Amino acid sequence: MNDHFGGVVEAVDVVVVGAGAAGMAGAVALAGLGLQVVLLDEQGSPGGQIYRGITLAPLSRRDLLGAEYAHGNVLAQALASSSVRYEKGAAVWQVTRDHQVSYLRDGRLRTLQAKAVLLATGAMERPFPIPGWTLPGVMSAGAAQILLKSAGLAPTEPVVLAGCGPLLYLLGWQYLRAGVPIKALVDTTRPEDYWRARRHLFAALRAWPYLRKGLELMRSLRSARIPHHTGAEQLAIEGEEAATALTFTVAGKAHRIAARCVLLHQGVVPNIQFSQSLRARHVWDVDQLCFSPVVDPWSELDVPGMFVAGDGAGIGGAQAAALQGELAALGIAQRLGRVNAGQRDERAGPLREQLALNLRIRPFLDALYQPKEANRIPADEVIVCRCEEVTAGDLRTFVALGCAGPNQAKSFGRCGMGPCQGRMCGLTVTEVIAKARGVSAAEVGYYRIRPPIKPITLGELAGE
Amino acid sequence: MSEVRARHSDVLVIGGGIHGLSTALHLARRGVEVTVLEADYCGRHASGVNAGGVRTLGRHDAEIPLALSSRELWHDLAQMLGDDGGFVPSGQLKLAESAAELDECRQRVNHLQRLGFTHEVLIDAQQVFEIIPTVARHVVGGIWVKDDGYAIPYKTVTSFRLAAEKNGVKVHETTPAQRIEQRGSEWQVTTPAGVFSAGHLVITAGAWARELAEQVGESVPAHPEGLMLMVTHRVAPFCAPVLGATGRSLSFKQFANGTVVIGGKLIGSVDFPARHGEVDLARLGISARTVTDLFPHLKHLGVNRVWAGVEAFTADDLPVIGASRKASHLSYSFGFCGSGFQMGPGTGKRLAQQILGEHSDISLEAFDIGRFDTARCDEAPSPGSHIPINVPSVAR
Repeated sequence: MNDHFGGVVEAVDVVVVGAGAAGMAGAVALAGLGLQVVLLDEQGSPGGQIYRGITLAPLSRRDLLGAEYAHGNVLAQALASSSVRYEKGAAVWQVTRDHQVSYLRDGRLRTLQAKAVLLATGAMERPFPIPGWTLPGVMSAGAAQILLKSAGLAPTEPVVLAGCGPLLYLLGWQYLRAGVPIKALVDTTRPEDYWRARRHLFAALRAWPYLRKGLELMRSLRSARIPHHTGAEQLAIEGEEAATALTFTVAGKAHRIAARCVLLHQGVVPNIQFSQSLRARHVWDVDQLCFSPVVDPWSELDVPGMFVAGDGAGIGGAQAAALQGELAALGIAQRLGRVNAGQRDERAGPLREQLALNLRIRPFLDALYQPKEANRIPADEVIVCRCEEVTAGDLRTFVALGCAGPNQAKSFGRCGMGPCQGRMCGLTVTEVIAKARGVSAAEVGYYRIRPPIKPITLGELAGE
Repeated sequence: MSEVRARHSDVLVIGGGIHGLSTALHLARRGVEVTVLEADYCGRHASGVNAGGVRTLGRHDAEIPLALSSRELWHDLAQMLGDDGGFVPSGQLKLAESAAELDECRQRVNHLQRLGFTHEVLIDAQQVFEIIPTVARHVVGGIWVKDDGYAIPYKTVTSFRLAAEKNGVKVHETTPAQRIEQRGSEWQVTTPAGVFSAGHLVITAGAWARELAEQVGESVPAHPEGLMLMVTHRVAPFCAPVLGATGRSLSFKQFANGTVVIGGKLIGSVDFPARHGEVDLARLGISARTVTDLFPHLKHLGVNRVWAGVEAFTADDLPVIGASRKASHLSYSFGFCGSGFQMGPGTGKRLAQQILGEHSDISLEAFDIGRFDTARCDEAPSPGSHIPINVPSVAR
């Protein structure tokens, strides 16, 4: 068979996209079920985001990052000793509804024709659009953690951590261990959030290891005497050319913390670029405040043969992702006739039990760390689309002119049309328009995602 | 106003693309009450996602008078709509890459001159390099049309919509026409939002027009296609006019913000029930190769996005414009085969004139829907639009 460029398309059983927790576990399980598997990943080594650089990190860094991170090595070792064909440095830029996967590796375009595709492209950080968030010196906590994991890089001057969510506290803990000075933890969590989350506490207690880990993180930050402001509102970054301070209020009282490095975080959301580009059905998750693809119990989309496992189908964390990867593998194996439904269900039983245990803490975390509306739906002057410098006020003007959704916003003012193709602003745009129109985010919808999902040049496309 | 009254107007237009909105605007400016029904949102398909070329260059002989009249309106768009739709009169240039291609260009220009058209001008290699200093040196000449240019499609459609609404046109988005039916002197259009009625019906539904025409027993050999485009990241200005090629499929322009849009009737595929155009990588690869041949320095330029819009193509590559041959008080304007954007302003004006029974020197004969009806006999009823609709006296 030939591909679109006259080259040979290689037929394989299953292509797995993304070598994070779900992708590694899924690929290994698929190979264990006798399927021929190609695992494509953009990075130079397996691990995804949570376990980024796990096979390359020196022991000292692994120790610094914690036991949770080190756990990734178990998956990476299983991958290394499996029959999975792992291709690193492979940027997948298109997946079609008929299971063709096109990717760029070493400057060459290649295409695989699979019988089934497992998308394990994980999560991305939720945008944090507050005044000044685009200034140099402001970074997301996730990006800062990538630098720490992949290069052992950390800020040399005092940082301010602001927002909410497990990753923020984890980074604080890791910075403490790395000796990075933390000026303050500015927490947007309010006392009433604990109150709201308490009805999920009983379930969360049954996921005690998670909860204990969280409590330990917070305790170590406290015992290091890091100033911890809770219930922070009206967050804004000061600065002309670059960040100089973070300002906020607590119970109406104004605070200002001078800092040239501010790390923001308010949770992660599913990376839905591929599932959206496949035109799979998505729903608005009212608890996690994001769009998630609709999948069946075996992680299959409403596009036959296309599966999504891990955080890309809804945030559940690394351990849940690995279990979902294994479950999807069983679903795929049954689809391809490797196991029958009875065998599949039998093997899935214990995995589902573990998964349920793992997900018990989710409702508690979702309720406790739900990002505040003011930090999701910003004031008029705040930039929403940073590529094209479109503000929330611009969006509201578009709505007044008849703009009903994100796709029209692109046409009205190039919102979401820059190099990031809406990844950074998508959720904000949806929520700003929904609020301005007085309708639900579900009704407003999301950007239509088109290839290339990853960058490709004219020369590469031309086959030069 | 009662619900029934609100759903009745003088003219109902099905399709909120540039043709529907332009026709609606021109009618409304003459005092006609117009309602536009749009299945999705205005400009969702061909009108809003095309490459934005405002091109008289290379037109079929029959289209030239209409295209030239439309071009005049493009140059006056700001005055007409209160917004220029991003129109830039950059000129359009069709490149010849060999002596044979240049000869083909020469023959075309001579042919047009014999017909009395002088807007296309033959230029040599030196003139090409003066216009685009960065183009590859194997180019030997081309055809230059200085008053052509480009606009921003969705911005243009939105400007037409806003101008139409300002003139009293009611636009109903997400209101697809499901059934059309003529009852006595009234057209009734069934939508999920209820039945709309009017004395005159205009179908400007692009790829979806054919099945509406079929409902009145009028068959048009047309099919939908997904026309592909790609847009690059930003790059320093290197090319002012819109470029085409003689020997290969290309339409190419750099917008003011530095992005480059690459197209040229590249056919992808279409998922018609889902109203979705899909990209075909093979064709895009060929197109990318054309661009890197002509501008080798763009090899490392990133492709930001590729997409496809859904458009109707007719068997003879000409649009259907004018009155129905089967029913009275029914007009069409669709099937522009990927070249309709430039025609929008002028065609809307011309069709409005026909509906109002006004004279125009621009013939629509070549676009008559009856041309496809081989069984048509000479006693066929005269086109319905020869009976002008009643324009309210206030408009006179």
